[in-house]
Amino acid sequence: MDLNKLFKAMLVAVPLMALGACSSTSDSETDANGSMSGTGSEYGNGGIETGGVAPVLSSAEQQRLKEQELRRQNIIYFDFDRSEVQSENAEIIQAHGNYLVEHPNVRVLIEGHADERGTPEYNIALGERRAKAIAKYLQGMGVQPSQMSIVSYGEEKPLDYSRNDTGFAKNRRGVLVY
Amino acid sequence: MNNLAKWLTLVLIVLTTPARAALDIVITEGVDAARPIAVVPFVWQGQGPAPAPASISDVVASDLSRSGTFKTLDVRALPQSTISSVNGFTAQNWANVEAEALVVGTVKPYGADQYLVSFELIDLVKAQLQAGKGPQNNNELLLESRETVISANQFRQYSHRISDIVYEKLTGIRGAFLTRIAYVVVKQGQKAPYHLMIADYDGYNEQMLLRSPEPLMSPTWSPDGRRLAYVSFENRKAEIFVQDIYSQTRTLVSSFDGINGAPAFSPDGKKLAVTLSKDGQPEIYVVDIATKATRRITEHYAIDTEPSWFPDGKSILFTSERGGKPQLYRVSLDTNKVSRMTFEGEWNLGGSISPDGRSMIFVNRTNGKFHIARMDLATRFMQVLSSTQLDESPSVAPNGTMVIYGTTHQGKQVLAAVSMDGRFKARLPVGQGEVKSPAWSPFL
Repeated sequence: MDLNKLFKAMLVAVPLMALGACSSTSDSETDANGSMSGTGSEYGNGGIETGGVAPVLSSAEQQRLKEQELRRQNIIYFDFDRSEVQSENAEIIQAHGNYLVEHPNVRVLIEGHADERGTPEYNIALGERRAKAIAKYLQGMGVQPSQMSIVSYGEEKPLDYSRNDTGFAKNRRGVLVY
Repeated sequence: MNNLAKWLTLVLIVLTTPARAALDIVITEGVDAARPIAVVPFVWQGQGPAPAPASISDVVASDLSRSGTFKTLDVRALPQSTISSVNGFTAQNWANVEAEALVVGTVKPYGADQYLVSFELIDLVKAQLQAGKGPQNNNELLLESRETVISANQFRQYSHRISDIVYEKLTGIRGAFLTRIAYVVVKQGQKAPYHLMIADYDGYNEQMLLRSPEPLMSPTWSPDGRRLAYVSFENRKAEIFVQDIYSQTRTLVSSFDGINGAPAFSPDGKKLAVTLSKDGQPEIYVVDIATKATRRITEHYAIDTEPSWFPDGKSILFTSERGGKPQLYRVSLDTNKVSRMTFEGEWNLGGSISPDGRSMIFVNRTNGKFHIARMDLATRFMQVLSSTQLDESPSVAPNGTMVIYGTTHQGKQVLAAVSMDGRFKARLPVGQGEVKSPAWSPFL
């Protein structure tokens, strides 16, 4: 009972400390906050702070953790009117690919999107070509075609409505949805 | 002074446009090129006040101004603003009025919920030429004179009919005022943000045909103006439906793997040209609506999409990337022979052929800017018509005088219109949401 109360108190207190640090301009406190939130998000435990020593990880485990982290990124961006997977995005797709190969029962929906330039139906075709480029990459890694489905939304579902170059860049994307 | 006059005309047009329109049209360019015409307020000949929707002359004046061909004179500046027929017309009073014609008329009760509407179109040029030649027979000045009985809910419809008659009499071109537009409205934040709407061509009588949580695209009219084909993602994939706008019956026409897009009715209304990617790349197919039988038309590893029929139904215009960038091509349905139509500019796409078969309307990209352009098919001369931003989805009026299209104004997707010669430009803003993919109906 008392332990439970303590936990509840911590649940309130920890985010409050984080908030306090956020509003502060002190360098040391900002650093403290930075490391705290880093710990929180890495272990994904809802803001609870835990102490302990770093586990000794094998390189396979380290790779697995890295890919787990990479798989949180499910958006792959493309250049204007292009549908080639850029090398800076390859790591993200590889993380998803390894996971899908290890889990042949998991299915993924690959969405293709375009920015608002050009006509809606041309952008549907372009979005499909982007989604297919991702699918082809995954298939090359050994992901089964039966695990993947594709839908192109063209310019119908923009993430960013600002209609400037930054906004357009955010909208030219492929999205992996599990 | 001239600028002030133009500005006043603009203000007048805006003021006389009733505020309850769903799509208030703002004319942005081309008033100075328009032909002046006088529309005298129709005279109410019943007991008590006139019925609320009886402002026929307001609708006619708005129609004529929005055509881009005419500009209506300020009623307060008319020498005779209360006449109801040519009998009250005095040519001497109109000697200095710069207008080629005037419209007069009356509305009177005609039984329960019925009204007798009559109107006359008077030749002002002839009247002014004959004014110095002594007394004349006023009836010789009549270009048109008609009487019709309508019910109370037909006032707007009949007003558009009068506009059609006046427009055709003075230009020789059939009026397109009794037409509709279909378009998509996206209201972000709603559970079902995607709306398929239809309205009269001027935005009145807006009706929702379909509302969906997933995107709706590319509405297009059947030649009889009774059905719409469109793309819906309601089943988390692109599918083509045909919907009867009166009975609300929906028919699923195409639901293959991959893209089912860009529907276009054949001139006989029995088939749809569509884009399908079921066999790999996006290609053009023709689907028989009744039997669902498909016939593949194009075969190329590049993107082929946006089919549009030539008026004779014998060939199809489409967008293809086979030359490296999107350009317009024509494919013959008899021989499957493909020929390239556009060479100017970086991209040319989303094309359609005007009803008279003489022009091609499409989206042109030059220096990274997307505008609506027209190409004369005989001379291959290309003219950029619009000067707005991110222009797309052009749709030509059934009389071939105007193009409605989707554009971006102040960060929002809105509809705009431009005349086929590019001189008249107007914007159709709406209150809420993004408006796109306009499709102009055939004559109704």
